[in-house]
Formats: sequence, structure tokens, C-alpha cells
Amino acid sequence: MMKRDECLKVLARHRGDEIMVPVYKAAQEWIHISPSDLNYTFTGAMGQGSSHALGLALGRPDKRVIVLDGDGSLLMNLGTLVTIATAAPKNLVHCVCENGTYETNGAVPLPGVGRFSFTAMARAAGYPKTYEFSDLEGWQREVGRILKEEGPILVTLKVEPGELYPEDFRRLYSVERREAFRQALQRG
Amino acid sequence: MSSVQTDGSIRAADIIKELKRAGIRFVVAVPDRVTSERLLKPMLRDPDFRVVQVCKEDEGVSVCSGLHCTGHRSLLLIQYTGFLDSINALRAVAVEGQNPVCMMIGLLGKEPDVPPTGSRRYGLRIVEPILDAMGIEHDLIERFGDAAKIAPAIEHAYARSQPVALLVGREPV
Repeated sequence: MMKRDECLKVLARHRGDEIMVPVYKAAQEWIHISPSDLNYTFTGAMGQGSSHALGLALGRPDKRVIVLDGDGSLLMNLGTLVTIATAAPKNLVHCVCENGTYETNGAVPLPGVGRFSFTAMARAAGYPKTYEFSDLEGWQREVGRILKEEGPILVTLKVEPGELYPEDFRRLYSVERREAFRQALQRG
Repeated sequence: MSSVQTDGSIRAADIIKELKRAGIRFVVAVPDRVTSERLLKPMLRDPDFRVVQVCKEDEGVSVCSGLHCTGHRSLLLIQYTGFLDSINALRAVAVEGQNPVCMMIGLLGKEPDVPPTGSRRYGLRIVEPILDAMGIEHDLIERFGDAAKIAPAIEHAYARSQPVALLVGREPV
């Protein structure tokens, strides 16, 4: 099991000009770990991160889009796996931070925790490539290569809470920051 | 707009023409009996459209919002039941998030020339009051000539950066 913030710091070291779509806890941490106008945190409703990312990926096929989904979030929108596999954007990497709980909503366990596999579901839905990491060394070793591969790719990251970061939902869903994102995207 | 009038119903060709006039290139859709035959199936064959089939309508709200951020205009083509199922996404992503999600919503089972609020069907009667409560502008398109409302409604939605609902009251001809 990896500390989520350590896992995200590894990813941040490999970040170039990708669009990042983090949700909930991963978003609260990512905006401090890798601040950028190309962080799209405006996903609004739980479960919708990967669907926003699909729109971004289809609209800007020249840019790589990386989702940092949550396990509770993805369970709320499982159809997205089939939708994304069917649309098949080559520039989309779908990471799922799997911690087994609704961490933002009181750390209550997920239904079926430990009995299902997002990696297997994504493969069955038609994702051409899937990966799963539960140790930091393996993630560090492979992340650079994975980010260069053709998508859509699903990466399950088995994580647990690490360092505490401040929560700021107003910042995550700020319309002003969304406009800054749009302008940054227009520039390149 | 075609000058050929058939039985007074809205024409599918006019709807498609107006969508193109409004700059719609992406159509995000869940099939609906009101629109599948004369709108969605022709759109799937039309090289001017890229149709993204989603599994559930709330996904579509978010796909359209992501597309908007990249500078593309899109249409969310769904049934009213899918609209009812997507209210939280519309609340958060479209209204509060100020995303111009343009919906074309089929009113399956609406009686011809009866306003939705006067329908015998509970599910249809509540659509417009819910849109009003959410502050989402809407218009009914079902008669010949109503297609002329489409492009201005879409332009207005993008100008305000707010969602709009075009309610398809009967199957186009």
C-alpha cells in the first residue's frame, strides 16, 4: 500500500504539459503537490471526473489527459469504463486511487471492498491496457513508460492516506479558476 | 428552413440544419424513442457530427462540459427520464459550474399539442417545473417552424455560459 501523497509526488515528477483531472482527496493534495493552471478540478458532482476528462481528451487530442479518480467516485459511474473504452481516446490515462473508503465522507468502507477489481472491470469493458500498483517502487519504475503509452489506459493505485492537506472545495470548483484553465489551454 | 410543410410536425432535417448552424459538432447521446430514428441514427451517419454514446445521461453533462473547455460546442441528446436522473450533475456541473450544456430532451409519451405541464403522465408534467426551479431556460419544439428556436437558444446558452433545454414534444418527421 502506498501513501497517496507520495504516490502523487512520483507522478508529479513525470508531469509535463498534461491536463490533470483530480477528484476529491486526490484533488485537495494534487493542487499543492503540482500547482498548475492545467489542473482541471471543476468536476462538480461525485463520479464525474472521468467523464469530464473524456470531453477534454476528445476536444484536445493533441494533449494528454490524466484523471486521478477515486474508488467511491468510480463506483458511482461505472458505465464510464464502457463509454471511455468505446470512444477510445488515445490520449487518456485513467488512474484510480483505491483506498477502500469514502474518505471525504467520513471514511466509511465502500460496499464490496476487497471483492472487486477496477483493473479487471476496465479490461472487461475494453480498455486496451491496464495496470495495478500497490508499492511505491513499482510505480516509480513504471510511471514514466506508462505515461508515454497509447490510451485509454487504466491504472489502479492502491493507496492509504498520507500527510494531511487542507480541504478547499471552493477552490476546487472555482469558476474563475476554470476560466484560467480555459485560457491556459488556449495558449497551448 | 424548408418551406415544405407536412402534418405540422417539426422536421428532423430542419433540426439538424439548425444544430449545424449553431456550430454543434459533437453530439453526446443516450438513445430515446422520440429522437433515435430521425435524429440520432442520421447523426451517426453524418460526417459533420462526432457522436459520443454514453451509458448514462449524467456522464453526458460532464463530457459536454469538458468539450466546452476545449472550445467545442456540443449537444446532449437524451430522454426526459435521463434528464430526471441527471439533476445533480446538472445542478453542480452545468448550473453552478456555469457550463453551457445544451440539451435536446425527448418527451416520450407526450400527447400531441398538449403542453408538457398538461400531460396525463406525471413524469412529463414535472419536467418544466423542475427546469424552472433550477433556473434552466427551456423551450418546446414540436411544431413545424419550431426548429428556428434552436440556434438562437444555443447561442444564448453559450453567451450566458448556462445550460438550456430544448424539449422535443413529438417524434420529428
